[in-house]
Amino acid sequence: MKALSLKNVSTLCMTAALAVSSVMMPSIASAADAVIDNAPQVSTLRGVAPLNAEPTPPMIEKVENNDLKRQRDYPQQPPTIPHDISKYQLDKNFNKCMDCHSRKFADEAQAPAVSVTHYMNRDGDFLGEVSPRRYFCTQCHVHQLESKPLVENEFVDMEKLIRKSHKQAK
Amino acid sequence: MKLTRRDVIKAQAAATAATVAGISLPASASNIITSSKANKLTWSKAPCRFCGTGCGISVATKDGKVVATHGDEKAPVNKGLSCVKGYFLSKIMYGKDRLTQPMLRKKNGEYDKEGEFTPVSWDEAFDIMEVKFKKALKEKGPTGIGMFGSGQWTVQEGYAAVKLMKAGFLSNNIDPNARHCMASAVGGFMRTFGIDEPMGCYDDMEAADAFVLWGSNMAEMHPILWTRIADRRLSNPHVKVAVLSTFEHRSFDLADIPAIFTPQTDMVLLNAIANYIIESGSVNQDFVSKHVNFREGVTDIGYGLRPTHELQKKAKNPNSGKSTPIDLDAFAKFVKPYTFEYAEEMSGVPAKTIEKIAKLYADPKTKVMSLWTMGVNQHTRGVWTNNLLYNIHLLTGKISEPGNSPFSLTGQPSACGTAREVGTFSHRLPADMVVKNPKHRAFAEKIWKLPEGIINGKPGAHAVQQVRDLKDSKINAYWIQVNNNLQAGANINEEVLPAYRNPDNFIVTSDAYPTVTAEASDLILPSAMWVEKEGVFGNAERRTQSWYQLVNAPGDARSDMWQIIEFSKRFTTDEVWPAEILAANPEYKGKTLFEVLYKNGNVDKFPLSQISPDYENQESKELGFYIQKGLFEEYAAFGRDHGHDLAPYDTYHKERGLRWPVVDGKETKWRFKEGSDPYVEKGKGWQFYGKKDGRAIIFALPYEPPAESPDAEFDMWLSTGRVLEHWHSGSMTQRVPELYKAVPDALCYMNPEDAKQRGLRRGDEIKVISRRGEIKTRVETRGRNKPPVGLVFVPWFDASQLINKVTLDATDPLSKQTDFKKCAIKIEKV
Repeated sequence: MKALSLKNVSTLCMTAALAVSSVMMPSIASAADAVIDNAPQVSTLRGVAPLNAEPTPPMIEKVENNDLKRQRDYPQQPPTIPHDISKYQLDKNFNKCMDCHSRKFADEAQAPAVSVTHYMNRDGDFLGEVSPRRYFCTQCHVHQLESKPLVENEFVDMEKLIRKSHKQAK
Repeated sequence: MKLTRRDVIKAQAAATAATVAGISLPASASNIITSSKANKLTWSKAPCRFCGTGCGISVATKDGKVVATHGDEKAPVNKGLSCVKGYFLSKIMYGKDRLTQPMLRKKNGEYDKEGEFTPVSWDEAFDIMEVKFKKALKEKGPTGIGMFGSGQWTVQEGYAAVKLMKAGFLSNNIDPNARHCMASAVGGFMRTFGIDEPMGCYDDMEAADAFVLWGSNMAEMHPILWTRIADRRLSNPHVKVAVLSTFEHRSFDLADIPAIFTPQTDMVLLNAIANYIIESGSVNQDFVSKHVNFREGVTDIGYGLRPTHELQKKAKNPNSGKSTPIDLDAFAKFVKPYTFEYAEEMSGVPAKTIEKIAKLYADPKTKVMSLWTMGVNQHTRGVWTNNLLYNIHLLTGKISEPGNSPFSLTGQPSACGTAREVGTFSHRLPADMVVKNPKHRAFAEKIWKLPEGIINGKPGAHAVQQVRDLKDSKINAYWIQVNNNLQAGANINEEVLPAYRNPDNFIVTSDAYPTVTAEASDLILPSAMWVEKEGVFGNAERRTQSWYQLVNAPGDARSDMWQIIEFSKRFTTDEVWPAEILAANPEYKGKTLFEVLYKNGNVDKFPLSQISPDYENQESKELGFYIQKGLFEEYAAFGRDHGHDLAPYDTYHKERGLRWPVVDGKETKWRFKEGSDPYVEKGKGWQFYGKKDGRAIIFALPYEPPAESPDAEFDMWLSTGRVLEHWHSGSMTQRVPELYKAVPDALCYMNPEDAKQRGLRRGDEIKVISRRGEIKTRVETRGRNKPPVGLVFVPWFDASQLINKVTLDATDPLSKQTDFKKCAIKIEKV
């Protein structure tokens, strides 16, 4: 049963990118007597390409650049970046992100100011400016391409569990 | 309802107006449940599942699910921070395609290599495994089977596996994927210091005046350690950061001294720095005369390829690690040709830049930390290059004190703890002991309560050799756990794929997800992962960290440890041990391997009453004893009083990890230095006690060329590696939508000049072709990596673009670690 459901997953997960990978050539050197399936049975991330062939790579997708705030999965999750940062300077000399996300520009830019945790040093003391340990924003905050995930994620939001627990208590 | 930034402003304006007018807004906005019981989350600690940094993570659970993860404020490693992968740990267990049942390739109801994966029970899975392993053992003996594990095994899992293979099956054919990752580092430590793992610790990052990255991209691969270096550099203007690499990457954003060198010439640069230290009179004579020996190594040692390979046949001293004693004068003469001018010519780094870096080491007032990982380790002269790095710290005496620190970073969460300390390598035993040494074997036999002389003294097949032996039908039954070697191993086309799909072989893969390795197997076993089991990891600064089982694994998925232990019940000593040993030790006759390995009075010593009442522990409850504690305590007996002391197991559940050796309840920050390391005798100052005379070794070793360099046809270098957002082969992180959408596909990072020359534009489809295989990918001329002309970088996380079809399975001849950082390729437009 599980084998079936896995196949379903892989079928469902075939994005447009993988669907166009129909033209495939076997690789240069594969052992003559090795037993290799014509199509993958379980490996969901590889789509329909057999292990000894190369699929057509998906196009480079655009960065989601609509400024729409995204819901977080839990309060501690670093928000993903809802805009393009490919041209941003982010090095020891300059941090372009702070042009809008620093406390001083939050009103003008209407961008979320970095959270209070960003002012804390290693010892947990609050500094007057963003802590240098938080200087490189992209270590936690990442942009999102328009690509569609290959596999669904069944993470359950705590809010759902809290509601259930609350209901049961009643 | 989706709002744009403009809409938000409008909405806010409307809300203000509504308040003024006394109109209440829809109640949905204020619908919060405040009941303390329903609202409560259970927070527990666990080390991160990903890299060797070993961040502490706070994990929230509710009703059997992990619902949140973030950096643990109390963890000394990361003090509340976590990288983007760590923040999304909460979602790695919940990919829809989690494996929940064993699956066997079957045709007409029977196992068949060409069959269809069919769900089977654990019993049926173990039945067929038993048949296949017994057949291989009968036909070929202990070398006919093999196991490939990982630095992502918990300490207890790795230890249980070593026992099953080395003490049960008497086979040394067990190796971890840490062979691909840390073997050269281990080789370097053993050769220079006689004892494995860094002498310093992460505290060096708050004490150093200069940081030099040798081929490492910490900004992406060790992001939380990078935050500590960024903190130090940006808070203290006198601090300098030098970044050396074969291509420009994110770590260059913090670099005061950037340097791009031609692949393999790091060896030239290191010798040039040693030469400068000597010629400028900067040798710390007192330190060198008291604490250092000099030796000259044998050269022309080959490239760890198959013996039939041309390059192997040409080598004068293949695989030789021999050396002869010399003195400082002879060493000075040896490095004399390595002038800045010569180094510039070889490496492409301007002499002035090399001088700047050399001065950081030479100046006695500058405390300098060197950092390296795969650039140095995945190198056909990886052990040598590790040796050369220690040379410059030993010449200047800049070692084992706060801020003066040659620091070998680790790739995996427990490459140190499980692979190295437990000794899951084909040549090792726990606590730096080796199977070749009869005293070490006797010591292990005593702790393991085994008959004398039973452990096999011949090292087994290492990672690359295992694959070659599978392809050549020398190994026929093979078990892979916690790794994805069909994606990670080098030269997949010619070696790994034909090895696994060889009709003579039965391949078992234990994993949480259906990886390409699972696809290439014959039996897939569903594994519990991370906090679905209790375990211990050991990070790069010798910090041992434990965690409890916080949630249950889905379906029938079980921990790798449970799988190993259950399988051991299928074999008796009569079936797998030599008759003469059993005749001499009749009390072992007719026992199962489970009885002699795990129910031996040590591993089953601790009763269930000692497991935490607050957490689940499925394996212990099933076995009737506290298995994780039993395995840990038996293992710890190897290292206590031998420089590898671990604290009592229960301590680790209370602490945010401790750095070994832990003596009298105190951890050790800097080894080999009097005052901070209890093993150093009084009055010695420094004592490198891994060597009998307490002296570390400076090695005279030359530059030797790589196994393969670009030529007229294959005209570019290929370097491979990881990206920040994905862990290794992406089997976990590609299933987290946020991480997937951040970096969905591998790309070929290329210099715009190279693209232009080949008529290529960003996004064009290309083939990356080597003498061994090819992949299809797309050109990226922008973004975080900026290779120089003549080099491309392709990450290996993408299961649809198996770049290791292209790489070469050349290894360091001493460490047997593969060089994933350099081979010759050409680019063709599709």
